[in-house]
Amino acid sequence: MSAGVEIEVRDLRKAWGDSVAVDGIGFTAEAGAFTVLLGPSGCGKSTTLRMIAGLEEATSGAVLIGSQNVTRQPPNARGISMVFQSYALFPHLNVAENILFGLKVRRVPAAERAARLQRTAGLLGLDGLLDRRPSQISGGQQQRVALGRAIISEKPICLMDEPLSNLDAKLRHEMRVELKTLQQKLGITMVYVTHDQVEAIAMADRIVVMKGGQIEQSADPRTLYQRPASVFVARFIGTPPMNILELAVGPAGGMISGDPTPVLPRSVVDDRDGGFQLGIRPEDIEIGQPGGITGTVEQVEYLGADQLVDCRIADQRVLIRAANRQPVAVGQRVSLTWGRDSLHLFDKRSGARIPATDERPVQAAGRTFQTNAETGAAGP
Amino acid sequence: MEWIYGWLLLSPALVLLIAFTHLPAINTLWGSFFSTPRGQRPAKFVGLGNYETLLADETFWQVFSNSFWYAVVTIPVSVALALLMAIWVDGKLAGRGFVRLAYFAPTVLPLIAVANIWMFFYTPGFGLIDQISGAFGFPSVNWLGDPDLALGAVIVVAIWKEAGFFMIFYLAALQSIPPQLREAAAIEGADRWTFFRRITFPLLMPTTLFVSVNAVINSFRLVDHIFVMTDGGPDNASSLLLFYIYEVAFKFWDTAYASTLTVVLLVLLSVLAVGQFFLLDKRVHYR
Ligand SMILES: Nc1ncnc2c1ncn2[C@@H]1O[C@H](COP(=O)(O)OP(=O)(O)OP(=O)(O)O)[C@@H](O)[C@H]1O
Ligand SMILES: [Mg+2]
Repeated sequence: MSAGVEIEVRDLRKAWGDSVAVDGIGFTAEAGAFTVLLGPSGCGKSTTLRMIAGLEEATSGAVLIGSQNVTRQPPNARGISMVFQSYALFPHLNVAENILFGLKVRRVPAAERAARLQRTAGLLGLDGLLDRRPSQISGGQQQRVALGRAIISEKPICLMDEPLSNLDAKLRHEMRVELKTLQQKLGITMVYVTHDQVEAIAMADRIVVMKGGQIEQSADPRTLYQRPASVFVARFIGTPPMNILELAVGPAGGMISGDPTPVLPRSVVDDRDGGFQLGIRPEDIEIGQPGGITGTVEQVEYLGADQLVDCRIADQRVLIRAANRQPVAVGQRVSLTWGRDSLHLFDKRSGARIPATDERPVQAAGRTFQTNAETGAAGP
Repeated sequence: MEWIYGWLLLSPALVLLIAFTHLPAINTLWGSFFSTPRGQRPAKFVGLGNYETLLADETFWQVFSNSFWYAVVTIPVSVALALLMAIWVDGKLAGRGFVRLAYFAPTVLPLIAVANIWMFFYTPGFGLIDQISGAFGFPSVNWLGDPDLALGAVIVVAIWKEAGFFMIFYLAALQSIPPQLREAAAIEGADRWTFFRRITFPLLMPTTLFVSVNAVINSFRLVDHIFVMTDGGPDNASSLLLFYIYEVAFKFWDTAYASTLTVVLLVLLSVLAVGQFFLLDKRVHYR
């Protein structure tokens, strides 16, 4: 099988009249890596993917595939395959004909077609379904057929636009694992669009977080989680989302607005216009350790292994994901503690992360990622 | 009890159907075995006598052959034209709303009105066609008065009238084809023609079947313009089966023979419709 090829997107823009869908983005999808475009609905993920595919013409900027500029090339000249959200199977052709469509168009000899069909069908578990029509198989099977049509072409790049969104939760999880395994096995470059951060984190080598047509941050999942470049990314990655608290700055340092205890030293919080916001992940807060900030329990949601505790510190609400061992009751006053490392400081006006001087690099399995070194600029 | 309600609910439609469709049809079939009652002579049973007359009737054979050519030309041409226009109008062309309207306009006009418009086109000397061809120095042509040209002239009118109507069905079908199919095919490297041949055309088959059955029926049914334009002439050159039936029944008042002709027409239509379904149905993919 052909090994993956690198994709580079340079200052890509797409506008329809006055409405700008993609506003000058740039990133690199490494060869053989799994890159996810993540973002809320309407942020321009699909448009970006379609410009990479050549289905949409870029207003300006460039798409480079294997260091070749393909911005003005038709889709079939780009060495890509694609899986659509709706699968886009041909309803009048059976599974085998659907999978073989591209090979027939490209006049691949019949013997080779048959061999490749057999291999693909075996890989995807479609052997028994080859002469059924798309309407005669289940959604998950249709998904596999669409996948089969993409991988039988043996193109070095596969583009996917929310391919799992029509499946139920269990099947989605299974397919997630399968897709990732398949991508690694074939060594193809994958660009995958989703608005589901769980899906993104589970599969991606690199996640490009988009918002309003721009890149908010582009990093590996671990960096994204541990060092979000903006309030937006911080709240978009992780469930439940990160707590964002107002920070008041006094002579003693930064305090949670309305609470007298300093949580950050004066050296970290300079006098900036507009002020700060403090981010803490619900899972980084501990309940019941002495010497913390005092909060009042407002609501408790039991989740089985964990519980979600809704607290109030002064007039600000904080969500905590705590182990069940710790019994808490509504109305109880509790002490909340966290590690210095789990505090994230953001500029209140721009929402951008303010790198603390004492931040350490993020440790990933076997590799070291330099904090912020490869994160995209956030905010205007 | 329930069956009573069932029949009660069915009865209005049933009464109308029986009174105005089934009874007349049976009556017609029955009448075709009798002679035409005239004055003192009541109708008497003649068996297949009327059918023998029919086989020996030269006018019938001429009209039959006219109808055959009329159908053989109008059906494929109007269906193909409709498909072409639909694909053209379905594309991203500027002002396509106007083009659609223009194509559809002949359909909303009554055939009689259409015929009058075309009369103006065809009129020898100062008709539109002659004025244009005259400007280039061509001689004047009497389109409707020449036995060799009259049938062709009325065929053109029928096509003009029908194609826009069929286009609407094709257009609706084309728009129900998801655009992702085209994109998926484009990524696989299929050009426009391959996509049309392998995807669009097969997906349009149910529409093609529907449209062509209608085209067959219309090719026997649409004769209004003959009344206005040629009155079947010259020398029956543009007379069609239905027109001939009308003439026999209401001009010559030979009701028995008209019944016989009607039976022939009905049998012909049913054979064609059934044949079409069997021939095409296997190749049609229904979603
Ligand atoms: N053909 C078009 N014409 C005009 N505007 C468009 C067109 N296609 C997309 N847009 C606009 O561009 C923006 C980005 O659309 P896009 O489909 O890329 O979003 P997305 O991130 O894929 O969202 P979703 O998760 O909902 O699929 C949207 O505001 C959308 O309305
Ligand atoms: Mg989308």
